[in-house]
Amino acid sequence: MNAVRRGLGNGLVQASLVVIGLIWLTPLAGLFVSSLRSAQDTAKGGWWTALTSPGQLSFDNYSALLGNAGITQAFWNTVLISVPATVLVVVLAALAGYAFAWLDFPGREPLFLLVVALLVVPVQIGLLPVAKLFGQLGLFGTIPGVVLFHVAYGLPFAVFLLRNYFAEMPKEMLEAARMDGGGEWRIFVQLVLPVGRPAIASLAIFEFLWVWNDMLVALLFADSSSQPLTVELQSQVRQFGSNIDVLAPGAFVSLVVPVAVFFAFQRHFVQGVMAGSVK
Amino acid sequence: MTATLTKDRAAGPPPVGRATGPRRARRRGRTVALLFVFPALLLLGALVLYPVLFSVGRSFFDASGTRFVGGDNYTEMFRDPATLKAIRNTVVWVVVAPALLTGLGLILAVLVEKVRWATAFKLLLFMPMAVSFLAAGIIFRLAYDQDPDKGVLNAAAVSVHDAFAGTSSYPTARARTGPQGLTQGHDGSYTVNTTVTPGGATVALAMVGVLPKDLPGDASPAYPAAGRKAAADEVRGVVYLDFTPGGTGTPGKVDQREKGLPGMKVEAVRDGRTVAHTTTASDGSFQLSGLHTGSYTLRLPESNFAPPYQGISWLGPTLVTPAIIGAYLWIWTGFAMVLIGAGLSTLPRDALEAARMDGANEWQIFRRITVPLLAPVLTVVFVTLVINVMKVFDLVYIIAPGPVQEDATVLATQMWLVSFGGGNDQGLGSALGVLLLLLVIPAMVFNVRRFRRSQR
Repeated sequence: MNAVRRGLGNGLVQASLVVIGLIWLTPLAGLFVSSLRSAQDTAKGGWWTALTSPGQLSFDNYSALLGNAGITQAFWNTVLISVPATVLVVVLAALAGYAFAWLDFPGREPLFLLVVALLVVPVQIGLLPVAKLFGQLGLFGTIPGVVLFHVAYGLPFAVFLLRNYFAEMPKEMLEAARMDGGGEWRIFVQLVLPVGRPAIASLAIFEFLWVWNDMLVALLFADSSSQPLTVELQSQVRQFGSNIDVLAPGAFVSLVVPVAVFFAFQRHFVQGVMAGSVK
Repeated sequence: MTATLTKDRAAGPPPVGRATGPRRARRRGRTVALLFVFPALLLLGALVLYPVLFSVGRSFFDASGTRFVGGDNYTEMFRDPATLKAIRNTVVWVVVAPALLTGLGLILAVLVEKVRWATAFKLLLFMPMAVSFLAAGIIFRLAYDQDPDKGVLNAAAVSVHDAFAGTSSYPTARARTGPQGLTQGHDGSYTVNTTVTPGGATVALAMVGVLPKDLPGDASPAYPAAGRKAAADEVRGVVYLDFTPGGTGTPGKVDQREKGLPGMKVEAVRDGRTVAHTTTASDGSFQLSGLHTGSYTLRLPESNFAPPYQGISWLGPTLVTPAIIGAYLWIWTGFAMVLIGAGLSTLPRDALEAARMDGANEWQIFRRITVPLLAPVLTVVFVTLVINVMKVFDLVYIIAPGPVQEDATVLATQMWLVSFGGGNDQGLGSALGVLLLLLVIPAMVFNVRRFRRSQR
């Protein structure tokens, strides 16, 4: 009797999870199907009508997107912003994280506490002052400007994460390396970086995702020639509807890269997002 | 440092050198350390710390930054209807979203443990975390579309509504008025002016206002049925479209080519009570049988003429914030579930097993054991979500259509609008930025405390 009830309960659990899974999948499926339809078809009926008349579907929107200079430029800008930003954050944070964990210098403790305090500073508060600063430095409206802003606001979390990871290294390991006469730089490159690889991977994935998906920072700091895909697409959202044949495939292209990264590096990805959520 | 020390000793330096050697080495070590931290500290100082101080100062000056206004920007914030609306909406977000997400995450984390495809489910729900708010915004702009022919949510809402409440067949139909005609009631129903008796002549109810193309495909001419005789205990009639294409018909008369209106509900009313009802056939004919002798009033109830259900105005002023929170749930539920699930896997199995042995049911175990043991994890998830919810920007900016933007505005979007999006009041903008910072300071203190404790 009890077993029957348990079996019944389990069936109910399975069924409701299947329904929830489908609900979660529907928005994404809707976007993808929409991206394969012409604007005229979309004006006439919802994307689900394409399931019964698959003749509506074609890759025409995507080939049109390839010929859309604004979109392709924006896609490359996204790459040119997110890759250097990720590399810089990882390198600078690894250097600082190692110093905070194992090197002795005046003000080490208070400076690191400051970094921890800066973890939650909202990006918003930096927009106006940094815009003024970049205006004076000639960085406003340029890709390096966007990159630097992202690096600065990515650093507190990055330094925090790597410092804590490096601090777990056994002391004997470092002392042995120093005994062998390695300079700090050599120790850093040949010992610390390889040992810290899991944390660095999680950090890199998190940071890449963060910058790739950003809209707010680029909305202010990039101009029309340096703006990434998110900003280019949001400028078209105002005429939502008529231009769905650009918006839907554009949005799909912009999310395909991070979703691919997600499936390729699931474990690091989940760890990175978890650790980074304090940001 | 240890390395240099050993070398100095091996060289056998004089006593003085022994004192200066380590000192020099330490000084060199410090220089190296400073070189390691300098780039990061420079960027943090110039682009994070300095802006915080600058914004705090700037928030005490007026829009153009020339005049010191003290706390005016902060009082203005709670007086200006737009910023007040933003503060209210942010409060709604903070109260609703983290609690919903934590609850949903907890339930799913517990349930997913019971199925064998838990990993696949977790991956699926976590995936939206990889999707940008912009793309999610476009996805949900599509899903929330008001037109049930375009927005999937309203398509679902309308089909559920119509399945339960039924569709009205002729929202535009009107009756021909006149001596033989019908009178419209307050509720939109039509009543026939003259009463009928069972076995009497076939009644012809003339309607107009339906376009021929809107007629159901099976509608057939009403003329044959209009001539049929009623039996002694029944009332017969036709409801027809009193319109002949080409305009050759006679108003008020069933002409050869005029079609019946199928699916029309007809009621027979006696002494204010509906005693019989039926629905017209494809030629518009109806028969109400089994009636006692007497006089009856025929009625076409209002449900025949109700305007079609248009679905829910998701992105209208009242529902826009809940709608955007819905999109936020799609993105973050997986996060809450996975984090809580990780906590769940560290729970002591023995406690759960012991409770099961003692005959506790699943709900009791959940309430009395799982939730209390998970409390620390739930707190972390909740706090994390509160911090993130306070800063929500892109979703609101993208999903809320232009005219509704001001109904959906939150602190982050309002700060943007005031400073850069036309408001051009950088004093008030800075004050809003500082408010955002103040709101996350408890989290900052929490982080610093937790870190210092972990160091001891």
